Amino acid sequence: MLENLPSTIPLQGYLLLASLLFCIGVWGLINSRNAVRVLMSIELMLNAVNINLMAFSSYLDGELIRGQVFAVFVITVAAAEAAVGLAILLSLYRNRVTVDMESFNLLRW
Amino acid sequence: MTIASSTQQICFLVLSAGIVIGSLGVVLLENIVYSAFLLGGVFMAVAGLYLLLNASFVAAAQVLVYVGAVNVLILFAIMLVNKKEDLKPIKGLQLRRLLSGGVCAGLLALLIRVDITTTWKLPGPQAIGEQATERIGEHLFTDYLLPFELASVLLLMAMIGAIVLARRDILTNDIGTGESVKPGLIEKANTPLLIDKSSP
Repeated sequence: MLENLPSTIPLQGYLLLASLLFCIGVWGLINSRNAVRVLMSIELMLNAVNINLMAFSSYLDGELIRGQVFAVFVITVAAAEAAVGLAILLSLYRNRVTVDMESFNLLRW
Repeated sequence: MTIASSTQQICFLVLSAGIVIGSLGVVLLENIVYSAFLLGGVFMAVAGLYLLLNASFVAAAQVLVYVGAVNVLILFAIMLVNKKEDLKPIKGLQLRRLLSGGVCAGLLALLIRVDITTTWKLPGPQAIGEQATERIGEHLFTDYLLPFELASVLLLMAMIGAIVLARRDILTNDIGTGESVKPGLIEKANTPLLIDKSSP
């Protein structure tokens, strides 16, 4: 059975790694006080999703590799998100002269 | 166990250890510049994982887009906003961290349980390996043509939006009514963006 697999690493290994990376990203997203670090955590989460897509594409969809196409799309959207996010961050910094997430509380009830 | 398979396993273990330790460093380190460089390392390690999965095109795209563009962009943002500031202490911060850590650990446990207990339909069809790049091209120009074109429009919109948001000059008159706008509403007057050594 092992000879038919694309590699000797089980699929579960990739999934475990991706879920760990995703949870680290979620924790960082909630707890960072620096706005730049929040954006970095979002990138970590997107990478975790990409690892999942690539692993499934290679193990379960070996001929069509639709997962790789989706990963390319996710990379595109992540690049756009990073550009817009950092522009928003710069204009926030210009208005508030801080990047502390706790000071952006205008919409808090 | 052959040499090839054990090499693969060693590569996987080293890369995943790098990813986990690097991402923990991104989240936990005090100095955000170290975090940004570690993030680049994590991106490179993820690209290595893609190579292990026989996906050379996506690995190259990962290195070019993430390490080359996103990480450099983040470094530039850090340079632009890197001001020493004393964060106000929040009461209950430790409790908040513990609570969110608990929630994340619960999410992780749920994901791991799903991962282990599900019977994946393995082995799937034979992986095509080296022809992956051609197949991605076929997909992009046949059945995924509409998302591909939408992605180009999205990139254009993001580019224009980023330029508009990050521009410094502002309109002093309202476009619709022509009345002058209170400047404090839009932007603080002449706040220096770079660190000014003379000011406290």
